[in-house]
Parts: sequence; C-alpha cells; structure tokens
Amino acid sequence: MLEAVRSRLPDLIARHEQTLLDEWLRRQSEALSRRRDLVSDEDLKSQSRAFLQGVRRALATGDLDIGGPAWQDVKAQLGNLSIDRARRGFTPSETATFVFSLKEPVFMRLRQELGGDAQALADETWITTELLDSLGLYTTEVYQKGREEIIYRQQQELLELSTPVVRMWDGVLALPLIGTLDSARTQIVMESLLQQIVETGAAVAIIDITGVPTVDTLVAQHLLKTVAAARLMGADCMISGIRPQIAQTIVHLGVDLGDVITKASLADALKVALARTGFTVVRAAAPVDAD
Amino acid sequence: MDRIPVLRMGPFLLVSIQVDMHDRLALALQDDLMNKIRDTHARGVLIDISALDLVDSFIGRMIGNIAAMARVLDAETVVTGMRPAVAITLVELGLSLKGVRTALDVERGMALLQAPRAGNRSGRPAE
Repeated sequence: MLEAVRSRLPDLIARHEQTLLDEWLRRQSEALSRRRDLVSDEDLKSQSRAFLQGVRRALATGDLDIGGPAWQDVKAQLGNLSIDRARRGFTPSETATFVFSLKEPVFMRLRQELGGDAQALADETWITTELLDSLGLYTTEVYQKGREEIIYRQQQELLELSTPVVRMWDGVLALPLIGTLDSARTQIVMESLLQQIVETGAAVAIIDITGVPTVDTLVAQHLLKTVAAARLMGADCMISGIRPQIAQTIVHLGVDLGDVITKASLADALKVALARTGFTVVRAAAPVDAD
Repeated sequence: MDRIPVLRMGPFLLVSIQVDMHDRLALALQDDLMNKIRDTHARGVLIDISALDLVDSFIGRMIGNIAAMARVLDAETVVTGMRPAVAITLVELGLSLKGVRTALDVERGMALLQAPRAGNRSGRPAE
C-alpha cells in the first residue's frame, strides 16, 4: 500500500510539471509582489524549475526523509537560495514561502487525480505536507544561518574599523577609540597598539577616548591594562579626549587612574608627546603666509 | 648547568636573555647579577628580553624582584625589548612591574640609564 502511494507523487509531478510550475510561479509572484525589485521573474522561474525537477528526482528514489542522500541536491539548491535571499534582505517567511506556496498547486492536482479515493488522497496529502514542511523549515534554518554569518562578518568589520592606530609624528602613535570597549575589543586594541609600537619604535602612544560613550569601572580597567602593557614595552602611554561628564563619572565611581597621564584633548596630549620626544613646534611665519 | 652571562659595560651591567627561561636558570641569574652588582659597584642593570617569547608568573615576578633587589644595592634596572605578547601576558597576570623602567630597545635603554638619575622615566632617546 505504502509503496504504491510513494510512487504516485513523482509521477504526478512529471506529468503535470508545466502546469504545476505555472501555478506555483503565479502564487509566488502574488506572495512576493512587494519584492519585485529583489528577484527577477527569470531567476524565480529557473529556481522553481530546478527545485521541482530536483524534488521529482529525489521522490523517484522512494526516499521520503529529506536527511537522506537522495535529497542532497535539493537541499543544496534550497540552501543557496535561502542564503541568497537572506543577503538580499528577504524576511524568513518570504523565503519559506518559496516552498510552502508549492503546496496548493500540488494539492489541487492530487484532488483532480484522486478525487474519488479519499484514503489515497489523505495519504498523498499527508506525505506532501510532511515533505514540504520539512523543506520549508530547512530554508528557515539556512536563512537563519546566513543571517548569523552576516552579523558575524559585520562584527568583525566593525572591530577592524574601530581600532586604527595612526602615526601622528615621529615616534608618536595615536589610537582613536570609537564605541564601547569590551574585553574582546580591548584585546584587539591592545594587540594592534603594541604591534604598532614594535613596528614604528614609537616612544609615546596616545589613547583618545573622545568616541567612547561611557566609561565604567570595567572600561577603565581595560584602559589601564592597555596603558600598563604599553609601558612594559617601553612606550609612554597617555589617555586623551576625556569629556567633562566622563571625568565626573570616573571620580564618582572611585576609579583610580594611577600615574597615567590624562589630557582633555588630543592636541594637549600631542603637545606633551612632542615635548617628551624632544620636539618643539614653532610658528615659522604669520598664518597668512604659511603654505 | 647553563648560566646567562652578565656583561659589564662601564658602570652598567648588561644581561641578554636569549634562551627559554626556566625557574632554576632565573634563580641563578638573580644570584649572579646581585653578586656582580656588589663586585663591580654597577650603577645600572639593563635586561634585554627581546628574544623571550614566553613568560609565566614566576619569571614575571622574578624580573620585578631583580629590579627591587638591584635598587636595594643602589642600581637601577631597565628592561628592554619586551614583546607585545609578553607584555599582554604580564598585564593579564596582574604584574605591571611597577618601579621597573622599560625601553623599546637596548639603545634607548642605555640612553635611559645614562640620563641623569633624578629624571623622569620619559625615555628620551639620545639624539
């Protein structure tokens, strides 16, 4: 009985492939009418055709478990589609609609074919539902994974973006920090600063925290660690860009910045750094003549 | 048994650590160095650790101890050439070597030792 039921679905898909495809595409375009800009009709058509053919081939093997080897190709295609849609900014339900909207056309065909045989119709409907549901869930799973990858990549990019070490003068490095400092970022900040100190042989490093929104005890501790590490390597480290509110917070929290040199602005810190490295800056002429 | 050579350069002593430090070696170095400071009346000690890429809490504390002991014997200690990874490790271990002067390389370390003793620890390089 079950064997007979299994063999009917691929046969049905094979015979009515074009009709199924047309109806399915119509339903998809209805569901995605708002998303016309994101996917072209041709793409949708070729994706749908490939999927339908893949399902037919997989069904022909008699394997109904999408974890089985027969479904590898279909899952790979579906996975690519989901990740692609995740990148293009589709919602999860719009992505899953690709699979779920196939249900209605298939059910209609089944009803036409098996209208008289209630038992067979129920069996086929159940098999189809089961199959398409698991495929639909699979798209959502892959979609989620794709989104997580995007988030992870953006986090990495943000980390790289937010820790540039700039050379301000011979032997003077500056590290303008932007955003909140956590342990992971401190680690990267520390490593890139120390690496730059080694490479440039800088004697003074300035950490500018103008772009750090809040300084709590933990952030202060991270900053002090970085200063201590730079000092161990033989470079003097200053903290600049401390806003009045932050100065108040630091004192209210009882954070002891020890003997770290702190300055209100980067310019002040640079002045100290230049004095430390033995430079004097003089104005050679009146500003109008300077070029 | 291996020993780390302590070289004399004028009024200063020069130690360059080129091998992996283990505890016995560190203790031997500490002994040798103190004896040498007493024998030579050295004014300063320069320890170059640019070849050291692995430290543990013991070695870290030992460096601090050497500096403190040398100060008791009226000699200043400068540690030079610490690698970034070593610096991060020491800070994470909570050993910020307070009271030890540091410099980026041996040349600047020497300049630091030769500078007037009461000066700040700004490490101004010789021009």
